[in-house]
Amino acid sequence: MFENIGDIVLLFWRTLLALPQAWRQRQKVYEQFFEIGNASLLMVCMLSFFIGGVIALNFGPPLVERSFTNAVGGVVGLAIALELAPVMMAILIAGRIGSAMAAEIGSMRVYQEIDALRTMNINPIYYLVLPRVLAIALALPLLVTFSVLVGWFGGAVVADMNSHMEIPFKAFFSDMRDLVTLRDVSKGVFKSFCFAIIVGVVSCHQGLTTIGGPRGIGRSVTKAVVNSIVLIVVFDYILTRFMQQ
Amino acid sequence: MNGPNHQPSGVSLVVRGLHKSFGAQKVLEGIDLEVRPGEIFVIMGPSGSGKSVLLKHLIGLETPDAGEILVNGQSIQTPEIASKYRMALVFQSGALLSSLTVGENVGLYLTEHELKPPAEIRQIVAEKLEDVGLKDAMDKMPSELSGGMKKRVAIARALVIEPQLILYDEPTSELDPLSSVVIGNEILDLKRRIHVTSLVVSHDRDLAFGVADRIAVIAEGKILIVGTPEEVKNFKHPLVQEFLRADFKRES
Repeated sequence: MFENIGDIVLLFWRTLLALPQAWRQRQKVYEQFFEIGNASLLMVCMLSFFIGGVIALNFGPPLVERSFTNAVGGVVGLAIALELAPVMMAILIAGRIGSAMAAEIGSMRVYQEIDALRTMNINPIYYLVLPRVLAIALALPLLVTFSVLVGWFGGAVVADMNSHMEIPFKAFFSDMRDLVTLRDVSKGVFKSFCFAIIVGVVSCHQGLTTIGGPRGIGRSVTKAVVNSIVLIVVFDYILTRFMQQ
Repeated sequence: MNGPNHQPSGVSLVVRGLHKSFGAQKVLEGIDLEVRPGEIFVIMGPSGSGKSVLLKHLIGLETPDAGEILVNGQSIQTPEIASKYRMALVFQSGALLSSLTVGENVGLYLTEHELKPPAEIRQIVAEKLEDVGLKDAMDKMPSELSGGMKKRVAIARALVIEPQLILYDEPTSELDPLSSVVIGNEILDLKRRIHVTSLVVSHDRDLAFGVADRIAVIAEGKILIVGTPEEVKNFKHPLVQEFLRADFKRES
């Protein structure tokens, strides 16, 4: 992965330079955006509900035992908004959408479709990379916002129904409001925007550098997902550290 | 490699001292050739002789290690060449975008460069598809087409550019003899109708001798001969003769 960092940064820079073309590519951005939403919404919903539930299940009873009942809502709310929703959704999107991007572009490269674009003076960065990166950068923050809300709901349901907590719905959200601010949610959403750029650029880069036949495409898909996840985790630390200052 | 400034008829193409290596492997070793405006020039040679790599250099998909390529006297490396001359490559596989319909593939150049309104693009696409005998294929996906049909769609896509130079990479490979004849006739017909310069890379002897004004034979990265079909047939070089006369030997 590290030998490609320079190329990935260069592709990111070229994509930034292509931004003035964004309006012209709006139809493709919309198609990609719709595809990302369509492919992920149900999964995001399920995953977020259970993440919220399991966080409440893990942290709730020990806190209640130590008489910190009114901290449960805040802990669950913060954990989901700041960390779990952005990171888990980014990983989900890397696996679900990043892999598909790498496979599609990789297959276009192997079967000379990208060469065909070049011979028609169509820049593959304008035509393929820009719409995908833009679509994922728009979609992931929205999915994460949705995920935060569903995650909180999942946490509240478990906190209410679990016999070791039995925190009423209203109290759970009231406690959460004492600790979680809009700024916390914004931080998580901003992180997800950065992760989206990582997934988009890394996946497109892997696709564009695919060599060989179907085996090469398979390798690219694996590398796109693994490299995205590694970079998401690394950047999660860097961004969290930066945002604490 | 194309721009919207339309200029009439074919262009000349000159290749001088072209060298290309991939690692230690020398693929092209000093290629020199000249293609005249409006002629059909065929480059023949056995598999692995460097034909396709040469073709990629001619359309600007590869950069040479040494040597130059001139289109109407202007280096292909100059940035304005793309807007000045219209060139198209018909890929061996067709290289149609599998996510687009046949019509969208054919009109892609016009759509992406926003050269015409959508209704006019659809009309042009229909005309070009009719030119290659595929007027009913407009809304089909490339996966629904046979190999020969894909190549004809690729030719239609090239025609939309109104090219001054068309490069064909193995246009008859994987085709049955009848489809090969259709493609060969298409190449001849284009020369007659729009006086385009055509450069065909092929190891199909029937196609080469059927359509070429001149033929170059390439082997091991070097041009062995450039001449008319008759001159090439009579050239006494053993590699050329071996290539031209290769046939099955069956004992009765």
